[in-house]
Amino acid sequence: MVEASYLRWIVLLPLAGFLLFAVRGDYLRKRSISRLACLTVLGSFALSVRALSDLVVAGTLVDQVYTWIAVPGLTIDIVLVFDRLAAVMCMVVTGVGFLIHVYSTGYMTHDRGHARYFAYLNLFMSAMLLLVLAGDLVVMFIGWEGVGLCSYLLIGFWYGDSAKADAGRKAFIVNRVGDAAFILGALVLYVGMAGSGTPSFRLDTINAAAPFLPPAVALAAALLLFSGATGKSAQLPLFVWLPDAMAGPTPVSALIHAATMVTAGVYMIARLSALYVAAPAAMTVIAVVGVATALMAATIACTQNDIKKVLAYSTISQLGFMFMALGVGAFSAAIFHLVTHAFFKALLFLGAGSVIHALDEEQDIARMGGLARAMPVTTVTFVVATAAIAGLPGLSGFFSKDAILAALFSSGGRLVWGLGLIGAVLTAFYMTRLTVLVFFGESRSPTETFDGVEESPPTMSIPLIVLALLAAAGGYLGVPALFGGNEGIFHFLAPVLAVGEHAVHLSRSTESGLMGASVVGALVAIYAAWRLYAGGPGGDLRLSRRLGAGYRAAAAAYSIDSLYDRFVALPVVRAAEGLWLRVDVGAIDRLVGAVATLALGAAEPARRLATGRFRDYALAVLAGSALLALAVWKGVAS
Amino acid sequence: MTGLGVLVFSPAVGALLVAAVPPLARDAMRRTAVAVSLVPFAVALALWSRFDPGEGGFQMIERVAWIPRFGVSYFLGIDGISLLLILLTTFLVPLVLVAAGDSVRSRLKGYLVALLLLETTMLGTLAALDLVLFYVFWELMLIPMFLIIGVWGGQRRVYAAVKFILYTLAGSLPMLAALIWLGVEHSEAVGTMSFALPDLYALRLAPGVQLWLFAAFFLAFAIKVPMWPFHTWLPDAHVEAPTGGSVILAGVLLKMGTYGFLRLAWPLCPEAATGMAGLVALLAVIGIVYGALVAMAQPDLKKLVAYSSVSHLGFVMLGLASMEVVGVQGAVYQMLSHGLSTGALFMIVGMLYERCHTRRIEDFGGLWQQAPMLGSLFLVVTLASIGLPGLNGFVGEFLILVGTFKVLPVAAGVALAGIVLGAAYMLRMYQRVMFGPVTRPENARVADLTRRELGVLVPVVLLIIIMGIYPRPFLRTMEASVERSLAGVKAAAVSPGQGQGR
Repeated sequence: MVEASYLRWIVLLPLAGFLLFAVRGDYLRKRSISRLACLTVLGSFALSVRALSDLVVAGTLVDQVYTWIAVPGLTIDIVLVFDRLAAVMCMVVTGVGFLIHVYSTGYMTHDRGHARYFAYLNLFMSAMLLLVLAGDLVVMFIGWEGVGLCSYLLIGFWYGDSAKADAGRKAFIVNRVGDAAFILGALVLYVGMAGSGTPSFRLDTINAAAPFLPPAVALAAALLLFSGATGKSAQLPLFVWLPDAMAGPTPVSALIHAATMVTAGVYMIARLSALYVAAPAAMTVIAVVGVATALMAATIACTQNDIKKVLAYSTISQLGFMFMALGVGAFSAAIFHLVTHAFFKALLFLGAGSVIHALDEEQDIARMGGLARAMPVTTVTFVVATAAIAGLPGLSGFFSKDAILAALFSSGGRLVWGLGLIGAVLTAFYMTRLTVLVFFGESRSPTETFDGVEESPPTMSIPLIVLALLAAAGGYLGVPALFGGNEGIFHFLAPVLAVGEHAVHLSRSTESGLMGASVVGALVAIYAAWRLYAGGPGGDLRLSRRLGAGYRAAAAAYSIDSLYDRFVALPVVRAAEGLWLRVDVGAIDRLVGAVATLALGAAEPARRLATGRFRDYALAVLAGSALLALAVWKGVAS
Repeated sequence: MTGLGVLVFSPAVGALLVAAVPPLARDAMRRTAVAVSLVPFAVALALWSRFDPGEGGFQMIERVAWIPRFGVSYFLGIDGISLLLILLTTFLVPLVLVAAGDSVRSRLKGYLVALLLLETTMLGTLAALDLVLFYVFWELMLIPMFLIIGVWGGQRRVYAAVKFILYTLAGSLPMLAALIWLGVEHSEAVGTMSFALPDLYALRLAPGVQLWLFAAFFLAFAIKVPMWPFHTWLPDAHVEAPTGGSVILAGVLLKMGTYGFLRLAWPLCPEAATGMAGLVALLAVIGIVYGALVAMAQPDLKKLVAYSSVSHLGFVMLGLASMEVVGVQGAVYQMLSHGLSTGALFMIVGMLYERCHTRRIEDFGGLWQQAPMLGSLFLVVTLASIGLPGLNGFVGEFLILVGTFKVLPVAAGVALAGIVLGAAYMLRMYQRVMFGPVTRPENARVADLTRRELGVLVPVVLLIIIMGIYPRPFLRTMEASVERSLAGVKAAAVSPGQGQGR
């Protein structure tokens, strides 16, 4: 542990950008704003690089900033920890984040809310980096909800459209459900640790105490925290906000809803790997949820016609792969896939943004096609990303996905591996469908739109090219020994991640066999999709005829949204109305009124005496005097 | 002289000065009122700087015999808990006075005078250590608030004002009986009557007696908080009260209830309080969820905020019922946070009303377009209210949950549902007002904040942020006092009282 007080600036630089744009945004020129916004992120990136080089020399870096909360028995420090896991995340977040900031300068030039956009984007970077660097679970939660806030603000960025504002609000509230579980999990841990040492929310303390926790405590905490992760990382059952989140500007989808924020749940679980290893049942749950989510979302992705929705379901599905890996204890494989996914999925979204931009905000792939000639850079980079996510040999997704599939086979068994393989094959299928329908074949756009299509400006195309290089070559971070690789990222992360008991090493022949199966699967899927969709979106009809009800169910996203409406949202709204009108106004307040009326009634006889007529009062005085006189006389007499 | 007397009575003296301003000079009146209200704020800050946070007992004592025959004295003193609430009060009143001219059109002078007199009674209630003095201030507090609602309120102001005063009186009369009972108990135990809190804390009452006294205190304070199901006066009072009245009502007056629990009910009836903690927690949790759900159904901005107060004060009561240091510290912190964020919400509702002459949520929409500054500050306050970490609301809620989860895990779990619902109704309200298309032509011409309005909101928002990222000075101020209060309660509850005497 080495003290490095510059770590705080990784978080503070973008925060300073946010404050500046929030307070003075109206007085700054557009160009100064976008440049400054990029610069702050570049600064964070440079500091992360410096920290990485210090880390290699000196080991984990720590920045004790200040004590946030101190009450008897509980101290929460704002402490930043830059270890190997945080290093990987910081590089991805600041690196990809910087590229997307640059892209945004082109994408958002003409938007009225330019300053607001970059303010939110910088705030997001700050919160995300706090989440990553936090050395304390509660401090991580500041970042956790902070990124959620930025997500809310950016999804509803075009606030004048109620549907977009609704989507932002839905994201926040669904995530709040997860966040409540997160807090509850933290509380369970805190109270549960009292038996085995000083309770604390420090992440290192939690990991150190995890093996000694009562199994029920570890299980409850692990499951609750994972429930939090299902919100942020869009897994079953809380994934429903992410498809709607596509209402935000496309660079936001790339940054927040693909590359960084949605991976926070994966990161959090890897961060607490010792806790999860201590709760094997929770690991099983994670693996099952991951598999189910991956397959569900992949099948939906095959049926969607909105370019961003396809990518959104793809993201949900890929996150499912990461959770599968976590669930079988392959923490480093999950992080490896997180990294490569950040490259190719950010690239896919930015490419989609480039297309949407060129086609005057068109998002329906049925009305695209044939863009390859007019948009060569976008097309080539998009194809690279598609090949990477589909797992074509040599590209980044190939290595990271095969690492996961190998782990599934060795730790989870054939069934889990088989399901994972189906997910991978579906991925290759829907991505090929998307690429073919958007870039190849005949154009289905209105002629005047199509004729006006131009390649995006350099601010947008250069980030595409850089990301394409990363998506192609990112796999070399972790080339398996099978190919003579050094398994770099696995060795790098090993010291900071716990080891599950099931970590079995596969023989070379098994490993190459698995790999062969997934490559063949991907190639078949690509071929099938090409055959089906080369002629246009008519392939959907053929597919739906072949698959019938199953296809229609997937196309309707399995009606999960309407189930939520019917069984959660509507009952809550009804309960609210009912409580207010029937209970509050109708019962409680009526009772209060009845008590008041009763008191009034009791006062009625007294009120009757006050008639307001002089004669009555005089009579009363007379009667009183007579009584008094009688009393006095009696008193004297006795 | 420690300055406490100056603190308490300077607003009343200031009210005389304001009364002396010529009737038509609105600006002069307002300036005078604001200027004099800065005196107690400065005194409160000075008290804070001289305050010794290591000492849990009462400090800055001022004591003069008042009615020696009954052991009644003019007895002022503060600990960390009352000091923080005093700071909150003296901070909010000047802001309310600054904003007063915008919302009150007629009889401004009377309004300012009433607010200043109200401040004196609130500060007196917080600083009083003699129960008779406490009771005098407690009841006096009702009169200016009754007038503020009844004279400067909305359409149904008389109904709301009468409901407010009768409901509150119904609670405080049993408390008066309890106070007298305590004085008599003291005289039976020690030989002389006394109403001084430190003397009464030392009494060890029989459990049966405690239960009756606790019931009396409970009624008084539960109405004031208000706890479910004693809350129905609050929405009416808020809807009819003028902006400043709502701010003070939500910001300070409701805390008198929770403060009463902490200062009187818990330590004077420790065994009864410990025995009843589960019941209090139950009502608190019902209030959290119920308040949030009913808030969700409200078509009126002020009613929504009023019901959200029921929910938030449920959190405070839950923290108090935990009887854990962490939970009670969280509860006190939540009192401050709620005072700031709900105070600010009512200010903003007032500003919206000045612009659009409506409080119906559905009449708004798309206001961000014209008023981004209003929108931004409103957003921060909304987020503070739903407990976003980094802002003040989270600190209190989190500490309450930590304290409660140890002893009442189920209650803490249910309370978390309130956090989810809180986000739902607050964000829905915010969206309906600021986002979406402009649906009414007059909303397209809404002006952004004036400089005066900025001057009112910005200090509150800054404090909301400061208390979110650097809560330690506030926590430290109250820590020893909370520990000491609870130590008394716990000690008594562990070794049940042996009848009377010590």
